[in-house]
Amino acid sequence: MTPSNNATLTRRELLARICSLLKEGRLEEEIDRIPLKMRPKDNHALRCCVHKDRAVLKYKIMALLGYNIDDEEDELTSLSDYAQKAWNREELSPVVMTVVDEACSSCQKGSYHISNMCQGCEARPCAVNCPKDAIYFVNGQAQIDHDRCVNCGKCIRECPFHAIIYRPVPCEEVCPVKAISKDDQGIERIDYNKCIFCGKCKDACPYGAIMEKSHIMEIFRAHEKGQKVIALVAPSIAAQFRQPLDKIYQAIEAAGFHDIIEVAEGAEKTIDHESKEWQERIGRGQQMMTTSCCHAYTELVNKHIPELKDRVSETPSPMAYAGRIARERYPGATTVFLGPCTAKRHEAYFTDQIDFTLSFEELGSLLVACEIEINDLEGRLPQVHASGKAQHFAHSGGVAGAIKEKAGDGLQEEIINGVDKKAIRQLKQYAKGKCTANFLEVMCCENGCIGGVNTLMKGRQAEKAFHENQFQTTDLRE
Amino acid sequence: MNPNHIYQVRICTGTLCHVMGGALLPELKPYLPEYLKGKVQVKGMTCADYCKQEDRKPPYVLVDDHLIESASIEKVIAYIKKCENHDSKQ
Repeated sequence: MTPSNNATLTRRELLARICSLLKEGRLEEEIDRIPLKMRPKDNHALRCCVHKDRAVLKYKIMALLGYNIDDEEDELTSLSDYAQKAWNREELSPVVMTVVDEACSSCQKGSYHISNMCQGCEARPCAVNCPKDAIYFVNGQAQIDHDRCVNCGKCIRECPFHAIIYRPVPCEEVCPVKAISKDDQGIERIDYNKCIFCGKCKDACPYGAIMEKSHIMEIFRAHEKGQKVIALVAPSIAAQFRQPLDKIYQAIEAAGFHDIIEVAEGAEKTIDHESKEWQERIGRGQQMMTTSCCHAYTELVNKHIPELKDRVSETPSPMAYAGRIARERYPGATTVFLGPCTAKRHEAYFTDQIDFTLSFEELGSLLVACEIEINDLEGRLPQVHASGKAQHFAHSGGVAGAIKEKAGDGLQEEIINGVDKKAIRQLKQYAKGKCTANFLEVMCCENGCIGGVNTLMKGRQAEKAFHENQFQTTDLRE
Repeated sequence: MNPNHIYQVRICTGTLCHVMGGALLPELKPYLPEYLKGKVQVKGMTCADYCKQEDRKPPYVLVDDHLIESASIEKVIAYIKKCENHDSKQ
């Protein structure tokens, strides 16, 4: 969905309010008032009534405090109690998403419906071609017998009036690996044996019912304890705002980060290592090597295409390398990965050098809470500013391009730009040896990380910002 | 109003408006209908503190001196069209 929708804006507003209260040191005092302030009594309710709206916000706040919704103790436990417990929490969990059951509207199972556009024509190809005899006519209009219908979709393709519509379940529709489905109550549940953490369901849900569990409490606590908090910023940051990169970096510092390390600096090491690894593997007679930097893709291989496992590069991701750089440069500091990605939150949990994750969407809310005007800043680049080809890892084709430049012309690349059901079928063919290229780059999000699910800009505008902001830092302009 | 009037559209490029739904607004121009294309000038503006009130409704856009709250491209164009229609009736 486009970021201009109310479910997205609700999430951002909630987090901005939480961050404001954290900054003022009044979170425990005021957090229970957030649902009341955002859904005042005299307002039109979005759901059945204002009380339901507020309950939904309460559970969304729980997710932003880092809880699973299943962690709920009882309905009378206040957000203030949860906030206090979250503040003292020591452990994170590898479960990065949670479904707010109160918000999940239990969309009915995906099904076909006949609208009043039906003209009841003589041809009636819908009924004639239905393999289950599920279409009958009442007062000259077609109806579907849902007990018989098997959702094959033949009728929708046959109708000359486009009178038949398909009503999907948006989260199930976008999940490329069938990891989300309904329980007996009709509420969506994520099967973590299948989930690749791509976050597409979260993006697709029109109720904002799927939430990432935020680390904002942990990040504020580290800051409060006087620890140095280092931001490891993914290169797709250049596609989040309209201001030049150096101003954005300064804004991040102003929000309380001690220093910035570009994840692209880590990508330089990935390029060095991965190009050597490719040469070695091809030298050994291996037919093809595939990339390891997209965590949703490596999860896809592990859980769904294990035949491809031995061809996945073992080179650490740019985030992992950036984490090592951070540990060397600032021993004892807290490291936070800033990126557009749900899957990296999962990867970070298993990466010792990364303590916490902050999504770009969360960064946006944090900047709002800190009242930082990016326009007003002078701009400052970090001490190490990585090369253009390392920054380009954020874009589909960027990894292959950089490795090719390093490893030489013998490299023939194949690029999969976005993982959907079709791409997975193709990858299964490649696993059988049907890939003609010897280097396969796969990015789970379309356009690469700049098309990630936690971004502030999407599509053409993100693309434009990425190319314009990246190199035209204010320093260079002067 | 003068038939040669040029509408001055000023879009807030402040951090809050950008994060709270205004990221797409500066791309307004291509969405204008043909007959309005020469009559609208689109510019960014820095934060003018409209967002500093408790019940803020970002993003904010100014069309001449008229403030549009919770602005969207559709809302801005609808407002300009309304002004145009109003003029042609006079």
